[in-house]
Amino acid sequence: MELTSHNLKANAKVALDDKQLQRALGNVPKGFIDKRAKAAAGLDEFEALRDKGREIKDHSLAHLDLYLAEYEKKVIANGGHVHWAKTAEDARRIALEICQKHDAKTVTKGKSMITEEVELNDHLIANGIEPVETDLGEYIIQLRNEKPSHIIAPAIHLNQNQIEDDFRRVHTHLDKDRDMSEPETLLAEARAVLRQRYFDADIGFTGANFLVAETGSSVIVTNEGNGDLTQTLGKVHVVMASIEKIVPTLADCSQILRILARSATGQEMSVYTTFSTGPKREEDPDGPEEYHVILLDNGRSDMLGTEFEEMLRCIRCGACINHCPVYHSIGGHAYGSIYPGPMGAVLTPSLAGVDKAGTLPNASTFCGRCESVCPMRIPLPKMMRHWREKEYEQHLQPRAARYGLAAWAFLARRPKLYRVLMSVAMPVLSLLGGTSKRISSLPFASGWTRHRELPAPEGRTFIQSWAQREALKQEAK
Amino acid sequence: MSSARNDILGDIRNTLSKRASDKERADIVAKRLSEKPLGIIPKRGQVNLEDRIKLFTEMATKVHTNVVRVKKYEDIPADISNYLREHNLPSSIKTGHDKRLSKAKWASHKNLTITKGASDGNDLVGVSHATTGIAETGTLLMESGQANPTTINFLADHHIVVISAKDIKGDMEASWSKLDSKDGEIVMPRVVNFITGPSRSGDIEQKLLLGAHGPRALRIIIVG
Repeated sequence: MELTSHNLKANAKVALDDKQLQRALGNVPKGFIDKRAKAAAGLDEFEALRDKGREIKDHSLAHLDLYLAEYEKKVIANGGHVHWAKTAEDARRIALEICQKHDAKTVTKGKSMITEEVELNDHLIANGIEPVETDLGEYIIQLRNEKPSHIIAPAIHLNQNQIEDDFRRVHTHLDKDRDMSEPETLLAEARAVLRQRYFDADIGFTGANFLVAETGSSVIVTNEGNGDLTQTLGKVHVVMASIEKIVPTLADCSQILRILARSATGQEMSVYTTFSTGPKREEDPDGPEEYHVILLDNGRSDMLGTEFEEMLRCIRCGACINHCPVYHSIGGHAYGSIYPGPMGAVLTPSLAGVDKAGTLPNASTFCGRCESVCPMRIPLPKMMRHWREKEYEQHLQPRAARYGLAAWAFLARRPKLYRVLMSVAMPVLSLLGGTSKRISSLPFASGWTRHRELPAPEGRTFIQSWAQREALKQEAK
Repeated sequence: MSSARNDILGDIRNTLSKRASDKERADIVAKRLSEKPLGIIPKRGQVNLEDRIKLFTEMATKVHTNVVRVKKYEDIPADISNYLREHNLPSSIKTGHDKRLSKAKWASHKNLTITKGASDGNDLVGVSHATTGIAETGTLLMESGQANPTTINFLADHHIVVISAKDIKGDMEASWSKLDSKDGEIVMPRVVNFITGPSRSGDIEQKLLLGAHGPRALRIIIVG
């Protein structure tokens, strides 16, 4: 996974100054927060289902080896093939081998974060195979040679006018004076361009939202129908999924489906939920002739038994991202990982190492909204704190942060000195706050105050207020 | 390949066997897979058939599905002919070989051309038969196969789905009950599609746009 997470601060600065991006990011809270809240409130059993979902995933993880073996057995019994990939490199190699065996020239792809994680597209291109992303958002970012900025809305960092420019640049076979002012026109254009590509493709790649051990089925959840066309019209269907997607039964899968769409887009149910079990059968008039599943580990089995195990419950709904004030401000690309926001701040260091992605858990205000909306009740802030501790232990923090902490620790161990300094600092800060009680610029912290205001202290320290309160109590007696 | 398999499963087993013995864990898994416990079933769907049909219609309509109800299969061709006329569509439809659909007496509607089989992408209108419906979300359960080719579900511009009123179930779990089973195990068709409304995308500035890659319109005909 190519990461630029170490540049978080510089990336965030660029993002904050990017007017197009800031306009597009306005769509994140607008498009997701109310819809999720309505969908959650609309189902009486929603909170109980969150508990149930957590229970199912914890159970699946505690028996992961056994369910994976059972799942494999069922896939094979249904005529499919199962491949195991310990690393991203293994997954790429296996995918390429399948393509080469079928002499594939082009492959279509349904939206899949796992293929992003293993950087499948670059590997295929390097080997002369053209990957075609078919999800509208993924198609747009492929035209722009960008990575997704959100796990379920990959092009959310873009505005319509930018997409129009890209379509005009790439769809040169169309009338250059055509009217593209309506978003419907853009959608229709992408639909028409991609339609033929499904038929031309030799292989269709999809991810999986679930793998069902009971039946050996892979499950995709989509709204556009592109994943289904990809896997139905290609001669071969290749599913690439990570090992923690396993659930025991169809009944278990149904439980989690009820919280997935509601948490993600605020829909009661996504438009298409598809259970695929093996290749085309003798009497089938359509469907792929071969069905392959590539099971990817890539660091996940190492998370079991650690303080990050609960992260493996994640169903990639994106709710934590949609509710994150940091994400709202800087968007997905600034994180430098295809997994942005709170889930990415926990997952990316787990997969890539704290040395490469240790800055990400710092991109949080610890407001706790992520945990409060996570359908799987993953304690994201707690895990980010674990990563911060590890980052500190391994001396990976920037010098300013370390010195700052050391200075604070020095004072904290000397209460008298601390109180004296605070009793001077508080009134000064209070004065700076003026009547608005907000400080909009601070010496030595202009970078911080440029994009936000510091609430000014009331002017007294806690100890002073406490002493006064106690004195008043005494008087009252 | 097998070494990667053994590495992955071995690593997992090393961690997990510290919590319980492999025998205990295997027993738990076997029990879960044979008992398949149901979880929480939303109350909204646990009502009588007429109320389920009402809920199904309401939920499907909310997601831009067009729902009608007719008395018997023989009424279907007339309804479809009207629909095609209203939408300025040619009088031709693509269907699979579903036996329930042949009860519709298509021959009495001579101007309606019917071709059967998988779709090659050139069919504007596809007609399928659903196995069951799910009232809680207004969802259709479709099975792949000769009777109802999967390509019709996704390639037609207008997808018309017939469902028998009595097959509208309250919840997702109950919707599986009409699939074939053998020795108490569901026999999965190659593909099961849950369909809830026509295709859509929110990828352009989070605006809801219908007709992304699949059907632009979905019409459900409830029979009975």
